[in-house]
Amino acid sequence: MKILTANRLVDGEVVWLAPDGSWATELQSAEVVQTPEDEARLQAAGKHALAASLVVDVNLVEVSIADGTIRPNRLREQIRALGPTTHPSLGKQARSASPHA
Amino acid sequence: MYRYDEFDHAFVDARVSEFSDQVARRLSGEITEDAFKPLRLMNGVYLQLHAYMLRIAIPYGTLSSKQMRMLAHIARTYDKGYGHFTTRQNIQFNWPALSDIPAVLRDLASVEMHAIQTSGNCIRNVTADHFAGAAADEVADPRPYAEILRQWSSVHPEFSFLPRKFKIAVTGAERDRAAIQVHDIGLHLKKNAAGELGFAVYVGGGQGRTPMIAKKIRDFLPEKDLLSYTTAVMRVYNLHGRRDNKYKARIKILVHETGTEELTRQIEAEFAHLVDTELKLPDTDIRAIERYFAPPVLVERPDGEAILKQAQLDSRGFAEWLKQNVVTHRHPDYAAVTISLKGVGEIPGDATDVQMDAVADIAERYGFDELRVSHEQNLILPHVARADLKAVYDALVETGLATANSNLISDIIACPGLDFCALANARSIPVAQDISRRFASLERQREIGELKLKISGCINACGHHHVGHIGILGVEKKGAELYQITLGGSGDEHTSIGEIVGRGFAPEEVTDAVETVVETYLGLRSSPSERFIDAYRRVGAAPFKEALYGTTDAKAA
Ligand code: SF4
Repeated sequence: MKILTANRLVDGEVVWLAPDGSWATELQSAEVVQTPEDEARLQAAGKHALAASLVVDVNLVEVSIADGTIRPNRLREQIRALGPTTHPSLGKQARSASPHA
Repeated sequence: MYRYDEFDHAFVDARVSEFSDQVARRLSGEITEDAFKPLRLMNGVYLQLHAYMLRIAIPYGTLSSKQMRMLAHIARTYDKGYGHFTTRQNIQFNWPALSDIPAVLRDLASVEMHAIQTSGNCIRNVTADHFAGAAADEVADPRPYAEILRQWSSVHPEFSFLPRKFKIAVTGAERDRAAIQVHDIGLHLKKNAAGELGFAVYVGGGQGRTPMIAKKIRDFLPEKDLLSYTTAVMRVYNLHGRRDNKYKARIKILVHETGTEELTRQIEAEFAHLVDTELKLPDTDIRAIERYFAPPVLVERPDGEAILKQAQLDSRGFAEWLKQNVVTHRHPDYAAVTISLKGVGEIPGDATDVQMDAVADIAERYGFDELRVSHEQNLILPHVARADLKAVYDALVETGLATANSNLISDIIACPGLDFCALANARSIPVAQDISRRFASLERQREIGELKLKISGCINACGHHHVGHIGILGVEKKGAELYQITLGGSGDEHTSIGEIVGRGFAPEEVTDAVETVVETYLGLRSSPSERFIDAYRRVGAAPFKEALYGTTDAKAA
């Protein structure tokens, strides 16, 4: 399973492509895809957004779903989704109710 | 301190305008990311995990109170209330919006600072002994030469597209506090028998994937030849350094593959063409730059000893801090102070805007307006009257910066690691914090004595783990963090590269492993005055391996 992530051009904020084609600032809003065709579709959307100067550093990342919650497989992506584990009051974790365990 | 002249002002202002324009055009979509990325990197703007990162140059780690206050202002206004001082004597802000960076750079320019050449394959910020101009053991202040190199290397057309980045460090004392032997060029300022100033020149040191100790290629280079000789080194490197493989592109690989003797021959041959050119430094020019670094007028303050005696009786905390964080100054009535950015469980190198302001005030009031950033990620007050040390200590206590742990095990260097850095394989900071908490007792730390512990989150080694007495390197193994421990490294005048002691440790095991190493050392040292590094050099790795991986040890399973 994969999702498409990037950083927003203007401020570097971590974003994920949502099913409605917008760039969401919340991991759980990401569109999760399973087939090569859907991956290609996400990548095409990412390429388009890169060309349109909305986002930079566009990448597909692997995730799993447990209890309906999306969780990136790599620690790097888990940290991107929440913020630095060293500064619980900074980054997305400060805005959501789910800081690092 | 060096002050910008008209040329410097015009140059930095022009660069700010140019980059502001580039940012505007990028944000409007007029230029692509591919075109913009090299431009932003030339101006110190990286993209990391959570946001952009701005790396600001602090030339040879020297800054004034006014500049420190501006860093506090930037932290508060454009960032998240803190900054991270690095092993390159720079500061990094982790959260600026790209759209704010032109304003940040304008603010910086107003206090004669910038972020130029903090990235890219050019000659980076020249680093120097953080006690320069203050140290009792110094032959001369190395910073005028660092400044000469800075001016010469700034947007140098010939050396702006080198095979790879290039780092120069300078020290003016026998005791090397600038780790010159792990830099591309290391310069040791010294005097010859005739009393003239010059340099021992080291080339080809470096850390990263292939750590190497620099080779001394000149025992005494007259000061007037500094730029001709450096140019000769750069030319040979620029011509023959490998551009086919990023991992083999540093000058250390060229030195290694060519051989020191042959490379020295090439450099000397090139130098022979340059020695009598306009690169020769006129004495008047050197002395003119030197005047910018003229030490403050240090009036006699003989009242210090009596005040210190009483203050130590009154406050044990002060007595401990005095012993640990205060070093001898060339003037007997003064001292140089290390402000530890390594409080128990804190993040090495981080300071809040409030702390930066407080330190600026202290420097203004008691320290002739001068501050330094050390490559060990602490701040330094280079000139404080001994009579004022108690007042400085009290002010530092107030802002939470009086931890008396300089050179002890909790005075840890740690790179940003996977909490911030896009290149990281593992986290560094939480490892440092955990070790710092485990060894929280200062009494225990003093009992252990000098111990340099350094942590990097990947093999790029920004956390200098190769030269840590105990080094920790984070790697990724099967998707999880794993930490390799190296022992016996050292980044001083007896530089050595640490040796990997054995297989790595999981995050929850690494502090135990460090403790095992420390306990093993305590058990085998010949006397309490035998430092960890000396004991390690005497006994080698075997007892530590045995303690860490001995068959009876369940942790090794
Ligand atoms: S050592 Fe690696 S992880 Fe640490 S700051 Fe350098 S590049 Fe990043």
